[in-house]
Amino acid sequence: MLAVLILIPVLAGAAGFLLRSNGIRRGVLLLAAASHGGLTLSMWIRRPGPLFGGWLLLDAQGLLFLTVTSILFLATSLYAVGYLRQEVWGERQDFEEGFLFSNAREAVFTGCLLFFLAMMTLVTVSQHFGLLWVAVEATTLASAPLIYFHRHRRSLEATWKYILICSVGIALALLGTFFLSVACSLGREGHTPMLLTNLIGEGRLVNLPWLKAAFLFLLVGYGTKMGLAPMHTWLPDAHSEAPSVISALLSGALLNCAFLAVLRMQQVCAAAGEGPFGRKMLLLFGFASMTVAALFIVRQGDFKRMLAYSSVEHMGILSLAVGIGGGAGFGAMLHAVNHSLTKGMLFLVAGNILAAYKTKSTTEVQGVLRVLPISGVLWVAGFLAIAGSPPFGLFLSELIILKTAMDQGHIWMATGYLALLSVVFIGLATIMLRMAQGVPVLRPGGRASAPEELSTVENPHVESLLAVAPPLALGALVLILGLYLPAGLQNVLEEAARAITG
Amino acid sequence: MRLLVDALIVLLILTNLRLVASSHLAACIYVVALQGLVLGLLPLLVGTDPLTLRACVLSGLTMVLKGIIFPWLLLRALRAVQVRKEMEPLVGYTTSLLVGAVLLALAMWFGRRLPLPVSEASPLMVPLALFTIMIGLFAIVSRRKALTQVLGYLVMENGIYAFGLTFAREEPLLVELGTLLDIFMAVFVMGITIFHISREFDHIDTDRLSLLKD
Repeated sequence: MLAVLILIPVLAGAAGFLLRSNGIRRGVLLLAAASHGGLTLSMWIRRPGPLFGGWLLLDAQGLLFLTVTSILFLATSLYAVGYLRQEVWGERQDFEEGFLFSNAREAVFTGCLLFFLAMMTLVTVSQHFGLLWVAVEATTLASAPLIYFHRHRRSLEATWKYILICSVGIALALLGTFFLSVACSLGREGHTPMLLTNLIGEGRLVNLPWLKAAFLFLLVGYGTKMGLAPMHTWLPDAHSEAPSVISALLSGALLNCAFLAVLRMQQVCAAAGEGPFGRKMLLLFGFASMTVAALFIVRQGDFKRMLAYSSVEHMGILSLAVGIGGGAGFGAMLHAVNHSLTKGMLFLVAGNILAAYKTKSTTEVQGVLRVLPISGVLWVAGFLAIAGSPPFGLFLSELIILKTAMDQGHIWMATGYLALLSVVFIGLATIMLRMAQGVPVLRPGGRASAPEELSTVENPHVESLLAVAPPLALGALVLILGLYLPAGLQNVLEEAARAITG
Repeated sequence: MRLLVDALIVLLILTNLRLVASSHLAACIYVVALQGLVLGLLPLLVGTDPLTLRACVLSGLTMVLKGIIFPWLLLRALRAVQVRKEMEPLVGYTTSLLVGAVLLALAMWFGRRLPLPVSEASPLMVPLALFTIMIGLFAIVSRRKALTQVLGYLVMENGIYAFGLTFAREEPLLVELGTLLDIFMAVFVMGITIFHISREFDHIDTDRLSLLKD
């Protein structure tokens, strides 16, 4: 089952590279996304057994993150079909600087997109730290061409920073993996395979100084990929320059995969009795990320960068929640799910806004509610959700984390957390609500460029189904999660929380 | 045998110093190629147990990739971008050499202090690995040209490989192959990106890539 789950996108990706017809290729993309989604859902009913001697195994955390990835991929691939119809091959004008550029070939885009899915799937199911490393690095390489879909200077700069910073960061994680191997084999005969289950089982036997060193290197390495400050510098650039479909996947699925890698290491640390050390480090990076994000969100001039910094903030919250431990572990798992769905929805809506207004400037975009009625409503709903207002799921998870911090007597931590959340709330509210309201002024080249349309608010754009249905579905899921947690989901969340916080 | 291993390790240390002291990009690529070849040779020599097919395969693959294919890819990229020299690096060559010497001393000191299993071929192996990683990182932060940064990344990976060689020798073959494949893809993608950067910007100075900021 697990092998099939990885093979589907690999084969479809290979087909994507080879097929010549755009129509068939898009069909293959949708088919692969749908079958991947269906197979993932079936794993909720019966979880598949271990494969290759326990190297591939779907545990509760893996199942959660796999499901989120799969749902998000299905939504984005539907959106991508509509998007690719607009982005036909040929030269086009850049709307920010006015030069001409062309897109990468659609075959490359689709192929890489599917390989990207395959590698993310591999990350969620691999239990061996070496294999995990191989998969995480492969996600970087598969997604780099996706960021460089629009072949112009800015996306190229973003791609370069992304590859170099992430590759160097992940190289440090490889060193950390070797450290872990030393920690396991020092002073002992024989070799312990670096499988998560083995390491947790033999937790007390590992060499502690080497384990701590391994934890630090893995945290810095995978933390780079996860977007924890101060290693987050690639993230705003890559998220703002990639096509919005890709930003949604990077933010909603890829960051989670890196987070999962950090979680696995924290599990090993906790099993060896060094849980408090790991938690302290996670708290530190969590607070740093939230602070940096809050500073950059306020008065941010580019709405895609704003969303990117919001991802840094939420990765900080996740790290902080695992650092707090106890009941916050449940909050962290729920928060990861909620954040991914919400951020995916927001980036897709941002793509719609960008397509209509031809600018990413937060001050030039006004009146989204009038120009794009559905996207506008989704944008406002997305703001409420991402800022953590009821009745959306993020409110619930942020509240659980806050409550645990209070219960454990970390009053200062709770205060700081709340203060940073408020700063972000105000920052997002100022920008996002201003964008939604007001009288639209569209730039020439925007879809409503005709003068008579500029003033007519009764004459909004007709939004295509493929552009609004995926974000709408994701938004609905976040709303449902805020109102009602199904028992099955609750069980898996609790199982995952037990695994990471003990 | 021990003497040979030590000689190779000294050679590797010298390649690191040569890398930060050279301004010719082509020369830097050859230095890294040499490093890759020697590094590929090491596992055949450091092992105390008889040669296995697995060791030979890995060794051969490492030499072919790091000694031949990577340099070839990078030389192709170099020809395409028509840049010969690393002009005015952020840290000058003399200073770089001094920094290299300090890093070497640090690596030696650190390597001696680490509690490690004793069954290694040479006491210089760990200092070498640490030194190579540090030089790689140093090259990435102190040089402007994208190509030199890729070389720095490769050298850093070489250092990590050297570390793994000493301690993680029982890593499953699949993981080792996966790692090599990933690094190969990384160099490949970086090479293509450098080619595009030179076409779009007419230079490959990464410090001048500053369109994106807050």
